[in-house]
Amino acid sequence: MTAPRTLFDKLWDSHVVGRRDDGSCLLWIDRHFVHEGSHHAFRKLSERGIPVSEPGLTFGVADHYVPTRGRARSGGTGTAGIENPTIRGMVTTLEENTKAHGIHLFGLGDRRQGIVHVVGPEQGLTLPGLTIVCGDSHTSTHGAFGAMAFGIGATDVAHVMATQTIWKKKLKVLRIRVDGRLGPGVGAKDVALAWIARLGADGARGHVVEYAGPVVEGLTMEGRMTLCNLSIEGGARCGMVAPDAVTLDYLHDRPFAPKGDEWEVAEAAWRALASDDGAEFDREVTLDGSDIAPVVTWGTSPEDAAPIDATVPDPDRASEERAGHIRAALDYMGLAPGRPLDGIAIDQVFIGSCTNARIEDLRAAAAVLKGRRAQVPGLVSPGSSLVKAQAEAEGLDQIFRAAGLEWVESGCSMCVGMNGDIVAPGKRCASTTNRNFRGRQGPGARTHLMSPAMVAAAAIAGHLTDVRPMLEGRT
Amino acid sequence: MSGWSRHEGLGVALPDESIDTDQLIPARFMATPRAQGYGRFLLHDLRHDAEGRPLPDFPLNRVPDATILITGRNFGAGSSREAAVYALVDAGIRAVLAPSFGDIFAANAINNGLLPARISSGDMERLTGAMPDRLEIDLMARCVTGGGLQALFELDPVWQMKLVNGWDDIDLTGAHQDDIAAFATADRIRRPWARPAAERSLS
Ligand code: SF4
Repeated sequence: MTAPRTLFDKLWDSHVVGRRDDGSCLLWIDRHFVHEGSHHAFRKLSERGIPVSEPGLTFGVADHYVPTRGRARSGGTGTAGIENPTIRGMVTTLEENTKAHGIHLFGLGDRRQGIVHVVGPEQGLTLPGLTIVCGDSHTSTHGAFGAMAFGIGATDVAHVMATQTIWKKKLKVLRIRVDGRLGPGVGAKDVALAWIARLGADGARGHVVEYAGPVVEGLTMEGRMTLCNLSIEGGARCGMVAPDAVTLDYLHDRPFAPKGDEWEVAEAAWRALASDDGAEFDREVTLDGSDIAPVVTWGTSPEDAAPIDATVPDPDRASEERAGHIRAALDYMGLAPGRPLDGIAIDQVFIGSCTNARIEDLRAAAAVLKGRRAQVPGLVSPGSSLVKAQAEAEGLDQIFRAAGLEWVESGCSMCVGMNGDIVAPGKRCASTTNRNFRGRQGPGARTHLMSPAMVAAAAIAGHLTDVRPMLEGRT
Repeated sequence: MSGWSRHEGLGVALPDESIDTDQLIPARFMATPRAQGYGRFLLHDLRHDAEGRPLPDFPLNRVPDATILITGRNFGAGSSREAAVYALVDAGIRAVLAPSFGDIFAANAINNGLLPARISSGDMERLTGAMPDRLEIDLMARCVTGGGLQALFELDPVWQMKLVNGWDDIDLTGAHQDDIAAFATADRIRRPWARPAAERSLS
């Protein structure tokens, strides 16, 4: 009998192509996603005159630099309508590189275009049991399907293009169990920020996180993706959830997912992926979901997070190690120690990004906004063009518009500001994104991370506030 | 890329924690071709005022020739953007000493010959407190010395060898070409579902 294995062990073992004496393994990569930012890697490849070894396993997505406005005007196709030459150049270069190497591109104007970590799952390219890489740290998102998915830098992107493999030393596994039940108005984003606040932004460094327990099992795929997406913000390279009936339901009939007999074979393989009883984890942490309240961040690292009913921390009461960071963060954020988080006035909101712009996220925000007016301006950018179409079919766009928010096209947008959608210096934004780093949403921008429902509540109140009372009497 | 095992140079302290990749290189610079050099983008928004003038008191502006950076925990957290490493390398930095690093950042650093050396918080404070001008790094001994101080650092042995030898993974992997081909062939049979199904016709 073989020793019980974790989900991660099984994924690892099934992808080892070779080993080096030093203990690192050469792993086969099943899916490789590239985007505009991959230009460095394409250049490395062309400098060496190497082709992409498995173009059929490589998929391009235009997301990081695409404009979110004015796309319909250019006929929805082509990059010619992009005014900024640098941005146009980035999107065009991706088109040229993918074409030259025979890589399928979900480009600007494709009705399936969107943020890479939304498109992959939506198209059924993301499957349980796969290894998935992309030059974007939030590739951890795809782990929600029971895949081993992680972000890599340009040198490794070039290596994967050249060889369809990557060198890696085995990671440790941290299992995070979430017991109990989440209260109304509390979701995956709050669970993620709660564990990151507890363990720190480097708390899971060197680990893969496997999420388990009744709260995780009860999450939809959208929620699991949010949870895995944020794993990187706690220092983990990957997040993962064992595939189950929820996973299979989501994947069935997706365009690139297995069909017919192949589906049957795949399903059997996927069902065997869950960690075995008695499998050992390097670390285990348990959270009680019933204790988690809606969380917001107050500082410049995702670990600077607290329940909405808490106050801004006082550096004088923190450990010496922590005090310096808190002081600098509060100075940047323009916040005084000790003040309640509830009531911090905001200038604008953003609903978008691969963390929280899937259909369920938009529904959650719309449920709060319906029939209400936002006190501040804001942008809603769906996670993909298909999500956009679905939201419009459900009338969600009307709710956002009636509330006074701008409904735009899909892309990374204000998550990273590369396409020009930025928060002005000193302005405060309630955002569904994943990073509250200094300058992430633009130089001098002040970002507060929270769930889509909490962003909607902040929009209506004009300040950070607890969404729960606003949900009373609504489903 | 050439390997290295010893380095002596000017140190600079940046004791903040969680200096993330978005600070190391703000996103708006990332469309620049590498050939143009990324050094001027390093920590751009921390080093300059809102009008783009260098802040004379910022440590890196005070020691422009520094090659060794000593900083707080969680350095390089965040994005996989290798441009964060390009900015450091192009600005002449050879080693960063910190209590912890973002995992992807550290891997990217190694791929570009930049040492991410993990030192204890105590050593970090001792070094930044005294801040000797010159520091010397011995990669094989995993040791940094300067001003009478000495600190040992942690570094994955695989990464150590890569830095010392200046190994390039693509070249190394070349030796495994047959293994890769054999894996791919066997895998098509073992996991036929793992390749993307032919795309359905979209209505
Ligand atoms: S939305 Fe933000 S985090 Fe997600 S892929 Fe785009 S830039 Fe990266």
